[in-house]
Amino acid sequence: MKKFDVKKAYSLFYLIRKSEEKIIELYDTDKIKSPVHLSIGQEPVAVGVSLALDKKDIIFSNYRGHAHYLAREGNLKEMWAELYGKVAGSSRGKAGSMHLSDWSVNFMTTSAIVATAVPEAVGYAYSQKYQNNEGVVICYHGDGAVDEGVYWESINFASLHQLPILFVCENNKYAIYTHQDKRMLGDSIVSRANSFGLKSFRVDGIRTEDFFNAANDSINNIKNNSGPILLECMTSRWRDHVGPGEDRHINFRSDKELNDAITNDDLKNLESLINKEDVVTIQKDIDSQINDAIKYSEDSSFPGTKEITDNVYG
Amino acid sequence: MDNLKEINYGEAIYEGCYQEMENDDSVFVYGLGVDDTKGHYGTSKDLHKVFGAKRNFDIPLSEDAMTGIGIGAALGGLKPIYVHQRMDFLLLCMNQLVNMAAKLRYMSSGVHSVPLVVRAAIGRSWGQGAQHSQAFHSYFMHVPGIKVVAPTTPHDAKGCLIASIRDKNPVIFVEHRMLYSNVGYVPEELYEVEFGKGRVLIEGTDITLVGVSYTVTDCIRASLALKEIGISAEVIDPVSLSPIDYELIRKSANKTKKVLVVDNGWLTCGFAAEVIADLGINCKDLDLDRMGYLESPCPTTRVLEDGFYPSPESVAIKANTMCGGDSNWKPENISRKEINSFKGPF
Repeated sequence: MKKFDVKKAYSLFYLIRKSEEKIIELYDTDKIKSPVHLSIGQEPVAVGVSLALDKKDIIFSNYRGHAHYLAREGNLKEMWAELYGKVAGSSRGKAGSMHLSDWSVNFMTTSAIVATAVPEAVGYAYSQKYQNNEGVVICYHGDGAVDEGVYWESINFASLHQLPILFVCENNKYAIYTHQDKRMLGDSIVSRANSFGLKSFRVDGIRTEDFFNAANDSINNIKNNSGPILLECMTSRWRDHVGPGEDRHINFRSDKELNDAITNDDLKNLESLINKEDVVTIQKDIDSQINDAIKYSEDSSFPGTKEITDNVYG
Repeated sequence: MDNLKEINYGEAIYEGCYQEMENDDSVFVYGLGVDDTKGHYGTSKDLHKVFGAKRNFDIPLSEDAMTGIGIGAALGGLKPIYVHQRMDFLLLCMNQLVNMAAKLRYMSSGVHSVPLVVRAAIGRSWGQGAQHSQAFHSYFMHVPGIKVVAPTTPHDAKGCLIASIRDKNPVIFVEHRMLYSNVGYVPEELYEVEFGKGRVLIEGTDITLVGVSYTVTDCIRASLALKEIGISAEVIDPVSLSPIDYELIRKSANKTKKVLVVDNGWLTCGFAAEVIADLGINCKDLDLDRMGYLESPCPTTRVLEDGFYPSPESVAIKANTMCGGDSNWKPENISRKEINSFKGPF
């Protein structure tokens, strides 16, 4: 079992928050010419889960994947270059924010169609079991994904075959601006999953450590052949569904709801648990890594148009 | 490749699958009923008894997820074969096939590949109606990143299946139900039939007939009727629909100057449209025409069904007209024993 490393948690959390804030700062320059779905507010889930993982574990994420990617310590320079559409990007500019990947840390190419990579995660877990491989598959998805039929088809198969997979449902309550209440009767994703024979738990915490503890227990159980587990992680999206802006003007949720989440920001809490000198060192180091990554992206070239038809077929 | 034996199309698929499973531990077969006593026309019969349940297993009725699960297993280093008893059900899989299977290699700039084979049975017998008979090869031909094959002969069925399993890309493997009983000589050993290579099955000089899957047999039968009235028809089996062997078809077209494409599907935006567009752009002075399904859903009752599909007679009549023959000519009734002997229930 792993122990919660508060300094590491702070460092990853700060890296995600600052990267997203840099994207907001730079977005108006139009150097990132594609949609971005920011993770601000949802960092505690990504950081908590990632700290519970081993190198051999495999991550399936989605279009709101920056936090998952960075918490997994995917290559920062390649991520930025990918956002810039440069040849030095993780997919030479063909993926962008919505299809990030870094296979050197087992971070699979993400999908922009809600719930669409969920069966892939399950199939990957089938291949792990088939080949007696050690790694557990982590499948991040949102509450919107559970509206899709394919989600429950996938859960059913994972449960039927007792596959080594952890479903991490980041429930921020909204599919774009549509509240869960408008999409399903009752709010219990956990009880639905339980009815499929899946062990399922809600994590109602706001602390990174709560999500770490839940993931750590779950991963440990899955490694001991518990079968698949679902964690419904209650969280909050602070920014608009897509783009760098806020979404208060849309009036789909109360200011209080968002303000409460921001007041409870776990970044401040984690910072308070570390000595000040370490905080300064971590911040300085990460700020400089992000600046380097941006400079690297600015300096990198665009792919040549002859690459358009590369890698359509293998 | 001297060791030939005479087996039918279904047996050829079984043999190719069995031998490649023996050859490669990462190959597995799944789909509704693949491990039941029928084993999908015998093509997957008892594979689980030889290779174990993890390599040949029945599934829940979840075509959408089961496609994604195959893609995920392929990402994990396996070589899945997903068997569908009716291609009509592939419409439930389109998101996974088009948005994921076809694009993961591209979106990862070549880091990942999806060596998934989707076997899909198509076609008439009698009474299969609007939702149990459709062929969607053209839908998949439209998508970069997917390959499509539709072998007609037992030889090509085995060789194409082995090539499809070994290919790094997702492959839609189209098999017409009325071909399963087709008998032919098939090499006993493992071999591949190359993607993008068609075949001239019958050489001719007056007109080129290009079929797709079962309509290749319509073209062959039509060519025999045409021969009796002195018309020499060349019959081409494209085998591989994506990529298409354009060179082979152009070469034949330049020789005969007349091409009739007989699709096993609707005409608008279909295989025939694609081939004729290529010939129109790349060859000169050709007389071109096409046949296929009528522009309606497939009717169930036999009398309408017979009019809905191309037949050896209708192909022969059209070809004769294109060759300047009497438009009132009709060949004698051409027997199609695989359809005539069909008694259901499936």
